[in-house]
Amino acid sequence: MIALFFRDLKLAVRAGGGAMLGVLFFMTVVAVIPFGVGPDLNLLARIGPAILWIGALLASLLGLDRLFQAEREDGSLDLLLMQETPLLLTVFVKCTAHWSATGLPLVVASPFLGLFMNMNELAIGATMATLLAGTPAITFIGAVGAAVAVALPRGGLLVSILVLPLAVPVLIFGISAVYAAIEDPAPFLPPFMILMAITLFFAVIGPVAAAAALRHSAD
Amino acid sequence: MNETSLAIRKFSDLANPTRFLALAARVLPWLAVLTVVCFAIGLWLSFTTEGDYQQGETVRIMYVHVPSAWLSMMCYTVMAISALGTLVWRHPLADVSAKAAAPIGASFTFLALVTGSLWGKPMWGTWWVWDARLTSVFVLFLMYLGVIALNRAMEDPARSARVSAVLVLVGFVNIPIIKFSVDWWNTLHQPASVFRLDGPTIDPEFLWPLMAMAIAFTLLFFSLHVAAMRNEIWRRRVTSLRRQAARNAGRETLAP
Repeated sequence: MIALFFRDLKLAVRAGGGAMLGVLFFMTVVAVIPFGVGPDLNLLARIGPAILWIGALLASLLGLDRLFQAEREDGSLDLLLMQETPLLLTVFVKCTAHWSATGLPLVVASPFLGLFMNMNELAIGATMATLLAGTPAITFIGAVGAAVAVALPRGGLLVSILVLPLAVPVLIFGISAVYAAIEDPAPFLPPFMILMAITLFFAVIGPVAAAAALRHSAD
Repeated sequence: MNETSLAIRKFSDLANPTRFLALAARVLPWLAVLTVVCFAIGLWLSFTTEGDYQQGETVRIMYVHVPSAWLSMMCYTVMAISALGTLVWRHPLADVSAKAAAPIGASFTFLALVTGSLWGKPMWGTWWVWDARLTSVFVLFLMYLGVIALNRAMEDPARSARVSAVLVLVGFVNIPIIKFSVDWWNTLHQPASVFRLDGPTIDPEFLWPLMAMAIAFTLLFFSLHVAAMRNEIWRRRVTSLRRQAARNAGRETLAP
């Protein structure tokens, strides 16, 4: 399992992997926003956390269709399916590897983009914490979409359509936690706890459903 | 023979599509007539009862809005049960049922959204607000469309059924969120006023037409659903007959 983790990580990071593409896309999305809403720094500081969250959501959707597609193309998906270790565990490990390769760089990049958005330290810290807690949930939900669409020739767009509605709660509680941290009266912890609960919930549901979908689309 | 095993046998009897078609042919006219009668009663009640003292005539929008919103949730529940039937019992009609229910559910959700927005304009002063109930129903609408898109994306109906069943079951998370969104968050949308533990808080003047319309809408759903399932079975038969015809045609020209 650990070998699988590092194999996936290496494949994603090295040439042709495209893990860094996600960060690049994230930066591009965030950079485009000021052109759209105007370079008003106060406005940007207010909507900054929301922009970072939406950018991260879109960027983590971007690489999802490759989660199982590459394995299917070179045939190693069948090997994974026939392994003695439960498919559930395999999917879970693949998700964590995918998150470390695409989600973690987004979290690391978010403070620098937060500076561009004229956010203060507290807001940057809160955004980073919520992204760290929330992006795994997006990966786990996305695993279901990726597994469902793995047999389709052009599943990339479909994965985004299927995954986005399910990822809405993550977005809601992530952003409300950030705003709770910035604005004084609202407490930060309750929405943050709910966000972590969502992540844990989908860490169970996601691999179960993805494994079921993979088994059914294999034959 | 005890009752449960009889029920199970009846249910698995339906696994034969021909039996289902026979049953549908027998039941469908009655269902349709019953639906029309209920709609007549419901519409008559909803147009003859008095308007609200505050909302005036616009309160009648409720008689379409509330039943279609209920139905949009019930339809997804039916789809989720069918998805369970596909994955657990491999019931051959379950995937037909799930596939047939998706467009109907999407239509009811669309109707609920449109009538709600028409009602919201005079009452709240806006067509749309991003509150919990409205947003979660909109998400439900998107999920219906996603399921339909997935169903259409795959050619093999058996495989697309099993894969979309997984998706439907995962998306079922949204249904409790919709149901309790008005209790969990403070929203503009009013909380539940009909199905409550301490009895309905809505006036009987409005309750009776609402109930009649709810029954009519439910019957409409079931008759549409049975008809759509019948059509889906026929469509699959026509496809397989065409494939067979094409195969035979090729054979005849090859071997004169």
